Amino acid sequence: MTENQNLQSQREGADYVRAMYRAMVQARVLENKLSSLYKAGKIVGGVYLGKGQEAVSAALGAALIPGRDIFAPLIRDQAGRRAFGEPFIDCARAYLGSALGPMKGRDGNIHRGRPQQGMLAMISHLGSALAVVTGALLAKRLQGQLPGAVGATCVGDGATSTGAFHEGLNMAAVEKLPLVVIVANNQFAYSTPNNRQFACEDLVDRAKGYGVTGHSVDGTDFLACAGVIGNAVSLARAGGGPQLVVAQLLRLTGHGEHDDGSYVPDAVKAGAYGRDCIDVAERQMLEFQIMSAEEIAAIRETAAIEVQAAVAQAQQEPTPDPYQEDWRAFSTEFSQPYH
Amino acid sequence: MSVTYIDAIREAQETLLRDDPRVFLYGQDIAAFGGAFKATKGLAEQFPERVLDAPISEDAMAGLAIGAALQGMRPIIEMQFADFSSIAFNQIVNHAATHFYRTGMPVPITVRLPSGGTAGSGPFHSQSMEALYAHYPGVVVVTPATVADAYSMLIESVKLDDPVMYCEHKFLYRWLKAKSLQGDGLPIGRARITRMGRHATVVTYSAMVHEAVRAAERLQQESGWEIEVVDLRSVKPLDIDTVLASVARTGRLLAVGEAFPWGGVTAEVVSRVVADGFHLLEAPPMRLNSRDTPVPYHPKLWAAHRPTPESICDSLRKLLSY
Repeated sequence: MTENQNLQSQREGADYVRAMYRAMVQARVLENKLSSLYKAGKIVGGVYLGKGQEAVSAALGAALIPGRDIFAPLIRDQAGRRAFGEPFIDCARAYLGSALGPMKGRDGNIHRGRPQQGMLAMISHLGSALAVVTGALLAKRLQGQLPGAVGATCVGDGATSTGAFHEGLNMAAVEKLPLVVIVANNQFAYSTPNNRQFACEDLVDRAKGYGVTGHSVDGTDFLACAGVIGNAVSLARAGGGPQLVVAQLLRLTGHGEHDDGSYVPDAVKAGAYGRDCIDVAERQMLEFQIMSAEEIAAIRETAAIEVQAAVAQAQQEPTPDPYQEDWRAFSTEFSQPYH
Repeated sequence: MSVTYIDAIREAQETLLRDDPRVFLYGQDIAAFGGAFKATKGLAEQFPERVLDAPISEDAMAGLAIGAALQGMRPIIEMQFADFSSIAFNQIVNHAATHFYRTGMPVPITVRLPSGGTAGSGPFHSQSMEALYAHYPGVVVVTPATVADAYSMLIESVKLDDPVMYCEHKFLYRWLKAKSLQGDGLPIGRARITRMGRHATVVTYSAMVHEAVRAAERLQQESGWEIEVVDLRSVKPLDIDTVLASVARTGRLLAVGEAFPWGGVTAEVVSRVVADGFHLLEAPPMRLNSRDTPVPYHPKLWAAHRPTPESICDSLRKLLSY
């Protein structure tokens, strides 16, 4: 690598981690607001937060290229969604039940998506996005858009026990498609600990069995996430086939805001994965002079203003009107008045 | 020169692959081998990039189709047997079926389901799944009973923007022949009066259309009864207008289906006719379905499990004597 290329690459790397950090803070500020709104009874339905998982999620979202790549976020990917370009208002509208949201009140919270723009709208059945992203990538291959694009999705440790996870990852491997699967192993699937979920020593060992490249990372280590997940996306983009990244971390909240997470032992909370990835990010960026304290403060301040504005806007918007709803599950207009 | 029902399915797929670069086929053993029933014979040679063998992963096959459809393609998934689509149930009813309502973006996938019983096929290679899928909002379910419908409805299914379960009957594959693929051009959502009559209406679909016509001919010869047979063609949308118009003429309804008796298409037909056309009925409407057990393996048991011309005649005699 020439000196110029090296500088260029360093600059791109710095831009990438800055984008990650910005999305992480934006997600945290937004989610803290959602939590307050939930406790105040202002939310339609449940609230599911990604607190503690922002570094992993943002490292993926910031490595993807909107308009080219496919991203299927899951329950704890507020940060990845932001990094991929989802506006605050989509989230605010979905949680506050605005009729103007991406799902018009027909679905809510984390199920929102913009499939027209490559960000899929998740369903609750875990692992089912792997095959869907694989299909989008097969389409891209048939359309002559590969190599160059990737598809990515996030799951938790629990989803790795599903048949859909197995079928999807195996199919992506058979088709040699650039699917990046991030397993955020937050040690508990709702309340069920890893030892009731799987019996292998480490989930990343499964990569060999599927014939895909495996990566491990400490999901609380900001720069490590940037390095490992950024690299996995680059490998897939360059034609290296599916990538399985297993990140170890802890969710610093309940499964949803209705859950206090009391099943997580204090020793685990006090352990290595109990640290807050945003604290780690700030420390690392100051240490490596990627960002100054002033820049960090400015990002936090801007995020607070933007979140406040989005929430205020969504709160003033109309809610869905059953009398205006078209109640149509088909896009085709059949001659029969009802089906 | 004659074409069979399976020829029609193969021809439709060839036409679609030739005319539309968005179409691709994905299924087990469908490429070089040409499919378990040879519905894709020779297609991989012509379209090697768009006729692909799938791993034995029905859930992921359906998921892959959904993703590809969202990316602008028009996938056709071949389930080797309809029975195995139960593995893909989640992707079909939760992912594909909900997507348009949730997001405004339709999912144009076609899932081919080799359906229904044949002698000796047993409990896991004989099922009729149409009612399960039709139950879910957002899924079109078609059940062609003729060679021409097998052709035109597969082409139409792929052109529709919504997910379609294309239920093709295995019993008809090689037994049912026609002079050409040319049909009457009825669209999905419209039933057909297969046989005119004035004393009773049999509403049915798929292979049972042919059993009902046999029964009608027998009754005409035996006792001069004129039985009308309505072929639903698609069970969702359900053309209840054509059914009601027929019942208005005959005053009597027998709904026949090969599927299990609890709920299902025949129950739906009867309940709609009772609700919307009670005043038209001169006798209580009847249903005839398979027996309420898994589909048996032995041909003698199997033949007594499904409706037959004999059992349809028995039901009709009862209906006509009321």
